[in-house]
Amino acid sequence: MTITSIDIVIIAMYVVCVLGIGFVLRRRVHDSTDFFLAGRSIPAWTAGLAFLSANLGAQEMIGMAASGAKYGILTSHFYWVGAIPAMVFVGVFMMPFYYGSRARSVPEYLKLRFDEKTRGFNAITFAVMTVFSSGISMYAMGALLSLLLGWDINVSIVASALVVLCYIALGGLTSAIYNEVLQFFLIVFGFAPLVYLGLREVGGWSGLAARVPSTFVHAWANLGDPAANPMGVEWFGLVMGLGFVLSFGYWCTDFLVVQRAMAADSMNAARLTPLIAAVPKMMFPFLVIVPGIIALALSASAAPGGATLLPLAPNGTYDYNMALPHLMSRYYPAGLLGLGLTGLLASFMSGMAGNVTAFNTVWTYDIYQAYLQPRATDAHYLWMGRMTTVVGIVISVLTAYAAMRFNNIMDMLQLVFSFVNAPLFATFLLGMFWSRATGHGAFTGLLCGTLAAALHYELTVVAGTTPLVPKLVVVHTYPSDMAQNFWGAIWAWTTCFSVTAAVSLATPAKRAQELEGLVYGLTPRPEESHLPWHRRPAVLGAIVLVLTLALNAVFW
Amino acid sequence: MIFDLRLSIGLLLFCCGVVLLLHGLVVGVLVLGININLWWGAVLVLFGALMAYLGWRSPSTPLD
Repeated sequence: MTITSIDIVIIAMYVVCVLGIGFVLRRRVHDSTDFFLAGRSIPAWTAGLAFLSANLGAQEMIGMAASGAKYGILTSHFYWVGAIPAMVFVGVFMMPFYYGSRARSVPEYLKLRFDEKTRGFNAITFAVMTVFSSGISMYAMGALLSLLLGWDINVSIVASALVVLCYIALGGLTSAIYNEVLQFFLIVFGFAPLVYLGLREVGGWSGLAARVPSTFVHAWANLGDPAANPMGVEWFGLVMGLGFVLSFGYWCTDFLVVQRAMAADSMNAARLTPLIAAVPKMMFPFLVIVPGIIALALSASAAPGGATLLPLAPNGTYDYNMALPHLMSRYYPAGLLGLGLTGLLASFMSGMAGNVTAFNTVWTYDIYQAYLQPRATDAHYLWMGRMTTVVGIVISVLTAYAAMRFNNIMDMLQLVFSFVNAPLFATFLLGMFWSRATGHGAFTGLLCGTLAAALHYELTVVAGTTPLVPKLVVVHTYPSDMAQNFWGAIWAWTTCFSVTAAVSLATPAKRAQELEGLVYGLTPRPEESHLPWHRRPAVLGAIVLVLTLALNAVFW
Repeated sequence: MIFDLRLSIGLLLFCCGVVLLLHGLVVGVLVLGININLWWGAVLVLFGALMAYLGWRSPSTPLD
């Protein structure tokens, strides 16, 4: 793939624009609330698109296309079973407690609802995980640009990190959110022609279906038996593990996305944020998974011994992570290539900015202010936020190099999330909907849940693979790494749920007036009957769910 | 000073679209029989112009 001056012009316009937004928004940052919470002034549609975009890092785009090539349309379960129901749940049921409590972060909500140690545990694991994800995203981008364009991996990592650093350090969360909305449009416009041209070449959806195994174009039909589908998992493990535990754990409790809703300008806007995000999210399988399947189809139908679209990895299988970039180099002429690369850069930057803004808030409010320097001036915390932005980016760059060992980036992320995020949803569910849950219960439950995830990973192997770490004793063999991740999450969640409930019953409860605004039943329900239907969270949530059901049925 | 997000996004997409459109007109590379730069450039120009117009007509975000 060669890049021409016209492509550079488009990329340069994009970079100037994101930096310009950062510089302009610098004037809106007066105190730490402006910097970390965007002054709680973001309208619903902006917060909604940022909510979606913060998750659209390079590892999401490249990883989902890779999974599309590896597992086919089954990958859509990450969206239609996983993300969407969770986004509706967080908007309709959980946001009243997040936004209503006036907590400045998810760990801070845990502090108000439970106690200091639960907050500390969550803040520290979250901070580590965030920097880690940011590093993976960075590596994905750098490796890609170096492979495609021959750009030096260190230069492309440092250059794009500097751009993100500038616009966040200047304009804080407002700047990150506004740029995420801009990046959302560039991602869509940069990738959409790929889907159109790819489908045109293979002869539409029916032509595509004819070129790949039938298990790749059915989302549900082959889920009765793990051996019958490429993902190697059965419907129960998928719905409970991926849908209920992992996706709810991520979309409902991960501060990276919840922060966007907390920055909304009103309670109703905060509740609408994930619901507005759910509408485009529902369509993303067509933008990222379908190109993956197209890449597989074009590889599978190549002449024997001829060049395949997907390059071969050293172990003889396809290098799935190259699905998106190789399609781009196949179809995009000079000009459109610039736009496609801008989309890739935009996805990389939005993912990274999401991580960095969540990291600097949790560090400053939940670690630095909580334990290291509790009584400093607001100006000092604002300064600390800007410094943490720099430090967070430096740590991410270092982590990027640690990420180089893993093949399918998405599988690895799921593994990390299953240790940390899977038990977390049990804690929030009990915390928000059961006033009897206590701080000791929550902390012990979280600890046991995370340990259960790690222990599960240590005791099981995946058939036909070499594990990343040596196993203690092998008590079970899973047919695929997906099955192992999903079941690990189920074990972690169940452990956390039971331990939290048991310990809570054995420890003294908080008084009811301390829990006002934090728990269901002790919080006035947000009034929505005076709103027009399109501003009512419950109505929008129901519409989103019906559409998602329809999509599942169409791709059954 | 007034800043509107829709205006910024609209202008960027509009400018990208103009570059693609002109490139498509001048060079006119065909991909699977389509001058993709020309057509996608036109889509971007229209979408960008609409978005910029919406932002310019009723700027929503006073800066200070």
